[in-house]
Amino acid sequence: MENASPENKAGRKTVFHTQGLTKVYEMGDVRVHALRGIDLDLYAGELVVLLGPSGSGKSTLLNILGGLDTASDGQVSYLGKDLTRASERELTEYRRYHVGFVFQFYNLIPSLTAVENVAVVTEIATKPMDPGKALAVVGLADRLDHFPTQLSGGEQQRVAIARAISKNPDVLLCDEPTGALDSETGIVVLEALERVNAELGTTTVIITHNVDIAGMADRVVHLSNGLISTIDINTRKRAPRELHW
Amino acid sequence: MKVLDHKLRRDLWRMKGQALAICLVIASGVCTYVLLISTMHALNITRDRFYEDYKFAEVFSSLKRAPENVAERVREVPGISYAETRVVAQVKLDIKGFPEPVTAKLVSVPDVGEQVLNRLFIRRGRPVAPDKDNEVIVSEAFADVHRFSPGDSFGAVINGRWKTLVIAGIALSPEFVLQSRPGSISPDYKRYAVLWMNRTALSTAYDMKGAFNDIVMTMSGGASSGEVITRLDELLERYGGLGAYGRKDQMSNRFLTEEFKQLQRSARIFPAIFIAVAAFLLNVVISRTVSTQREQIAALKAFGYDNFSIGLHYVKMVLVIVIIGIAIGSVAGIWLGRGLGRIYMEFYRFPYLMFELRPSVITSAGLISIAAALAGTLYAVRRAALLPPAEAMRPEPPSRYRKTVLEHLGLGGILSQPTRIILRNIERSPFKTMLSILGIALASAVLIGGMFSKDAIDFMVDVQFRQHHREDLTVTFVEPTSKKAVFELKRMLGVEEAEPFRTVPAQLQFGHKSCRTTVEGVHRGGRLYRLLDVNLRPIEVPSSGILLTEYLGRMLGIKVGDMLTVDVLEGGRPELQVRVAGFVKQYIGLMGFMDIYALNRLMKEGSAVSGAYLSADQNYQSAIYRRLVEAPRVAGAVVRREEIKNFYETQAEALLFFTFIATILGGIIAFGVVYNSARISLSERSRELASLRVLGYTRGEISYIFLGELAFLTLVSIPLGFLLGRGICVYIAAALDSDLFRIPVVIQADTYTYAATVVLVSACLSGLIVRHRLDHLDLVAVLKTKE
Repeated sequence: MENASPENKAGRKTVFHTQGLTKVYEMGDVRVHALRGIDLDLYAGELVVLLGPSGSGKSTLLNILGGLDTASDGQVSYLGKDLTRASERELTEYRRYHVGFVFQFYNLIPSLTAVENVAVVTEIATKPMDPGKALAVVGLADRLDHFPTQLSGGEQQRVAIARAISKNPDVLLCDEPTGALDSETGIVVLEALERVNAELGTTTVIITHNVDIAGMADRVVHLSNGLISTIDINTRKRAPRELHW
Repeated sequence: MKVLDHKLRRDLWRMKGQALAICLVIASGVCTYVLLISTMHALNITRDRFYEDYKFAEVFSSLKRAPENVAERVREVPGISYAETRVVAQVKLDIKGFPEPVTAKLVSVPDVGEQVLNRLFIRRGRPVAPDKDNEVIVSEAFADVHRFSPGDSFGAVINGRWKTLVIAGIALSPEFVLQSRPGSISPDYKRYAVLWMNRTALSTAYDMKGAFNDIVMTMSGGASSGEVITRLDELLERYGGLGAYGRKDQMSNRFLTEEFKQLQRSARIFPAIFIAVAAFLLNVVISRTVSTQREQIAALKAFGYDNFSIGLHYVKMVLVIVIIGIAIGSVAGIWLGRGLGRIYMEFYRFPYLMFELRPSVITSAGLISIAAALAGTLYAVRRAALLPPAEAMRPEPPSRYRKTVLEHLGLGGILSQPTRIILRNIERSPFKTMLSILGIALASAVLIGGMFSKDAIDFMVDVQFRQHHREDLTVTFVEPTSKKAVFELKRMLGVEEAEPFRTVPAQLQFGHKSCRTTVEGVHRGGRLYRLLDVNLRPIEVPSSGILLTEYLGRMLGIKVGDMLTVDVLEGGRPELQVRVAGFVKQYIGLMGFMDIYALNRLMKEGSAVSGAYLSADQNYQSAIYRRLVEAPRVAGAVVRREEIKNFYETQAEALLFFTFIATILGGIIAFGVVYNSARISLSERSRELASLRVLGYTRGEISYIFLGELAFLTLVSIPLGFLLGRGICVYIAAALDSDLFRIPVVIQADTYTYAATVVLVSACLSGLIVRHRLDHLDLVAVLKTKE
């Protein structure tokens, strides 16, 4: 692994670099082109929203960035390390030590309490924060011992965010984090994400098909039909409170 | 309906692993049922047919000597329809190339024509010629092991005179289906034979012309055997009658009956275990299937399918699995049944085995399996049928979890998160956990139950032949002899020690209960023949009073200190009163034991002995055998070492067969339960496990969570299985308790180890198969779907 991180012209560290990234799924006799050649750089500390209708390839891209899936062709590197050629074991390690995930359906372990769901990650991390502190960041300091069934959807998603940030990840990847939530709860969750991004400086990628959420991003990457159509740079980021949908 | 059947086919195909595991458990149940019931039927029919076709007698009596005309008076006894007299003698055989002592029962057959009762089935050769006094028919089992054919000859010492006997034929008799030397625990085909010889030749040798010493009878329909026997005993007493007995006390028939009893108990218990396990597994699998198909059920109902069609759909799923299981089990049962039948034919000598497949056996096995399976899945099927469509559209509410007992005890701190997941899952549904543990426990129980006879036999042999009998040779005299004969034996080259014994046939009586057995006079301070108390510690025979086999004491309801009436059935037939001094443990047979001098005194017979126990130098043993064969007053000799060896040889094949079957069946249960638990748990928790993988857990780490739970269930089940296995052994042994033998419930450490090993290996195998699936979890899919 190259440790010398490539930097862009503005002097910002490039966290992810993709070139000609392609993903083809073989579904029986049909070949589905989920990604058709993505060239994209993501920089340290920025909050990026991937926007696009369903089937545009945004989840595929996120999964490849997160080491859950591998590209069919093209290149993707994380801090200069080629993920395309990483082994299954290396990908597991990469997820374990560098990536924080937040999923649409939270994916909490039902048999563990909130604080234990966070501890499930801190136990295997190298430089974790205290699980209680991670939950405090997302405003759940008083719900530590609740099981998932005893928490609302928004609270469950905030536990998931606490779990994701508790290992002090280098990147935070969120796939439709508000997809299963009403707008009021969704805003609370987005605030938590924004806070993490601002306070911890974690590079954050959020997938959504909700155009309004794009307002809180540094950059908005529009995907359509497996290709990047445009990349917008927000000159004025809006706080989640100001968002409506 | 057709579309639903397609769904059924595909659903079954998708769960083929689990379905197959259940099929195999059902098949095991049906197989053991068909195997045991068919074998039992086959043996029963064969026995009944053989008894009927070859006119097996119904009442038997031996006596010292009676003139032939006494037979007429026997025939006049009310209830006796036919009586046939014989001369029976114990002889020694001298077989070329076989140096060990061989004894035989020599039974007379009419010079002309065939006997009416206990007719012979001549397998090879012909009946003895009327005018030949040196021709015999030999029992098939004996001829087989010595590879005798008609025309071969061997030597015999008949009433002290050496004679060459020529084999005319080889035969089977309903009287000796089980050909076993009196007092022995298993048939010994090498060293014990049954021979049939012309009446005249035999009478001449034994001075029995115009007389008989054995009579066999049949009864007229409706006669009470008890009354007939009492009358016969009165009539034959003055001729030295040894007491008449009915078929149920006839040795060969008794052993057969006991064996059938064991088969019957096994046929009841083993299939029941399998069917119960199968019902449990079906319950788990069908419940889970209904849960995962909630939305499909809702959709079907929304389209207008009624509750009945939905219920029927899942009933069909159960039936397909059960019917395949029944089919596999029936075929395996029939196939193994023939194998078991052949093994029994080696042991018991029937002219033929009437193995017929009764459709009713398979029908009843099938109906029982189907009924149990439907009962096991009734709840799940009902739930599917009655599911309200609107509710079914929504996912099932998530499972509730609580902190475990361990954590409430404040020990939570030592647990890692994965361990917590394991423990909370186990605690979440304690009933299901318990059933899983019970299921796996039954696997080790089946193994222990199946292998228990080997341990029991080992233990009995050890007690009987190593602790109780310690002699090298037992020599019996033709009739009670002066103690001087024992000194003569002791003087033989190579004989180290000789201890006399006296055996007296007697009727033991206490209150209105009685038992016909023998009282053995034992040499006090003897080393070769020791008595064991109820705790199997050696004890000395008291100088006065009698010791009884514990089981005999219970039979008579007698306590230490009570006076026992001993009606001696030999010599002057004195009636003695003897105080019970204690009880001894014996797994084989029933007896009373007294000090030999005390017995001699009571019998007023000087220093009479019936035989002696010898210890001998190995190097001189064959010389000693030779001398014993030639010694006219020696009726026979038994070599202890050979007796043990023979015992294992005759049992080995049957033991191996049962161990083999038990291993396969126990393995199937263990595999079935563990594999199904694993698959269900995988389908319930793949999302959780995949999430952990996404969070950076390695395959090994999630395997720990997943397989750890199975390992826990398996390990907890093993001690429980040991207990249940012991229970099965107690149940089977209790059925076999009789005056012939008592089966000790002894299970060796080896058997426990073996059972645990088979269960662990089966569990590991199913763990590995599931681990393979665990390694191929679809990490992406799990993030996209709601639970």
